Amino acid sequence: MSKTETGMTADPGATGPGASTGPGAATGPGAATAATDPPPNQEISPDGGDAGIDGQAPASVRAYGRLLGSELRLVFGRRRNQLLLLVVALFPLLIGIALKIAAPSGAAGGGNGNANGPNNGSAFFNQLAGNGVFLTFIALTMLLILVLPVVVSVVSGDSVAGEAGHGTLRYLLTVPAGRTRLLSVKYLAIVAFATTAVFIVAIVALLAGVVMFPVGPVTLLSGTTVSLADGLLRVLGVTLYIAVAMAAVGAIGLAISTLTEHAIGAIAALMILVVGSEVADDVPQFAAAGPYLPTHWWPMFDSLLRSPVDTTTLWHGLASFVVYAVLFCLLAWARFTTADVTS
Amino acid sequence: MRGALVTGHVDPGGPGQAAAESRDPELAIASSGLTKRFRGGQLAVDDLDLAVPKGSVYGFLGPNGSGKTTTIRMLLGLAFPTSGSAELLGVGVPDGVGRVLSRVGSLVEGPAFYPYLSGRDNLARYDAADRAASPRTSKARIGEALERVGLTAAAKKRYRHYSLGMKQRLAIAAGLLQPRDLIILDEPTNGLDPQGTREVRSLIRRIAADGITVFVSSHLLAEVEQTCSHVGVMRGGKLVFQGSLPELRRTGAARISVRTPDVEAAAKVLRKLGLVGLAPADGEISAELGDDAPEKICAELVHAGVGVRGLSVETPSLEDLFVGLTGEGFDVED
Ligand SMILES: Nc1ncnc2c1ncn2[C@@H]1O[C@H](COP(=O)(O)OP(=O)(O)O)[C@@H](O)[C@H]1O
Ligand SMILES: [Mg+2]
Repeated sequence: MSKTETGMTADPGATGPGASTGPGAATGPGAATAATDPPPNQEISPDGGDAGIDGQAPASVRAYGRLLGSELRLVFGRRRNQLLLLVVALFPLLIGIALKIAAPSGAAGGGNGNANGPNNGSAFFNQLAGNGVFLTFIALTMLLILVLPVVVSVVSGDSVAGEAGHGTLRYLLTVPAGRTRLLSVKYLAIVAFATTAVFIVAIVALLAGVVMFPVGPVTLLSGTTVSLADGLLRVLGVTLYIAVAMAAVGAIGLAISTLTEHAIGAIAALMILVVGSEVADDVPQFAAAGPYLPTHWWPMFDSLLRSPVDTTTLWHGLASFVVYAVLFCLLAWARFTTADVTS
Repeated sequence: MRGALVTGHVDPGGPGQAAAESRDPELAIASSGLTKRFRGGQLAVDDLDLAVPKGSVYGFLGPNGSGKTTTIRMLLGLAFPTSGSAELLGVGVPDGVGRVLSRVGSLVEGPAFYPYLSGRDNLARYDAADRAASPRTSKARIGEALERVGLTAAAKKRYRHYSLGMKQRLAIAAGLLQPRDLIILDEPTNGLDPQGTREVRSLIRRIAADGITVFVSSHLLAEVEQTCSHVGVMRGGKLVFQGSLPELRRTGAARISVRTPDVEAAAKVLRKLGLVGLAPADGEISAELGDDAPEKICAELVHAGVGVRGLSVETPSLEDLFVGLTGEGFDVED
């Protein structure tokens, strides 16, 4: 199902470093994450300029770091969010155990009978018995449908709306935290939390896979076999790709979160949007619009599991995520810096 | 600054005062033509010219719904004015909020903290958001602020378990994390029991004693009467009086009240003497005293053959003036 779409909005940044192949793709998503950050970061400089009259730039940078640290502590220290991470960590374990029980013999040649999965999940299932590394791909594929978006929705939908609902937003702004400064910190914390969740899935799945299944050279979806090291590098690439996808969801959540003071409403709205997009992506009549949907490129990480790597698809996916992230960060910024805080 | 009934009750003097005031370095808060119309069309604040002298304790009075909170939100850059401008400590808002607000402590519409954090952690959160705050002194400053409002013992308790009075005090502590030049408190005693109210009032006095300008809103006159040097009175989004307390008192015309069996004859005499605001009642009549001496009026009455059983002069209480300015009374508008 991983077709190569060419209709995606062109992103000059994405085509530029397109020369990178296989392992190089791992740096791709990393670069894309960095590219996601500048819009909020750039907005800080005028604020920093204000402070720069008496304090030098480093002081304002340190102050920014302090606020970011506070935000991270708030997000990661919150019981509810810790519970979310715990749930996210349990899923790969449960999936691994279930699959171990379902296929204890380790017969590798199992036919591809269950083609009901909408994506490449079934291909991974067949590989798992032969190589535990594939538990990572299975876990990420399964959690990508609902669990990871839920986690990102909860944290991003809550980010501004939750503060507004508690009334803490008005006090942060009168501190004064600075609207742009606060929003950028909020987004960085969302990205950090989403990335953490994705990496927890990948790492727990990898460890569980290694413990429960044999490990060795990895046979890719294209049939080629690569070394275990190469396989692990591809695991890292896939994880980063999905982290960027979730960062884009986080930007949408942030934008929705600036529209309301009801966190639950923002979270629900984002979930409906994600599921709606996934459903629409499966409707043949909407095929033309498919590539523009926020969820369309999520499962395309399997491009990394072919030899040669399907970089065109990969870059299209990353370009889509970056465009979504930038667009919705700007929308969030436009709204947040002009709206009355009446909560 | 002088007292003036802004909506033209009295004293149309003071031409161009608003424009001059907005540049006045002696003002902690100045606004000119400040107006807020909400999207629904509701005119919450209407052409406000605030002038809060530095070092004053300014009571911002008005019934519920008269636009006090909306005004404060605009001063703090939380809401954007529809028109007009405002300055805090000489810095224009909302454009300059990033520069000026670190010198301004505030409490808007009740305390708000993270319920799952302790009092101390809550203060640390707000302190971390402050660009101007030094992380090195953070711990000491938080401890000091907690000490000042008497919450040191409860510092480790989760905010969720705080009593209403403790919550209010924590909010004031947050306002005291930095050395301030101006403290803005929106109904700081709302919902507090008499004990809590007293605590907050004495806290305001202590803050003011340090030379900090205090701008405190209330819908109860009694609340500010004992602590304030200046008042502004709001009614339906408009500022209907602004000035010092003595100035407010002076706007109240003293009334002479005559107890007599012959109210009609008494009224005739009083009218002949040029008194206005006659209010005849059963066995009694009152009128605005004006500049006439009460003894002269008494003599005139007796001379005209009106039986005078009693005569008294009453100056209206602040409460009376207040009710007169804001309409029927409290909590009835909107
Ligand atoms: N966010 C809002 N949207 C529409 N109208 C509002 C909003 N906030 C306040 N108002 C209206 O503005 C008026 C003034 O309200 P407010 O400033 O809260 O008064 P006060 O603080 O003096 O009680 C009220 O009539 C209120 O209904
Ligand atoms: Mg109010």
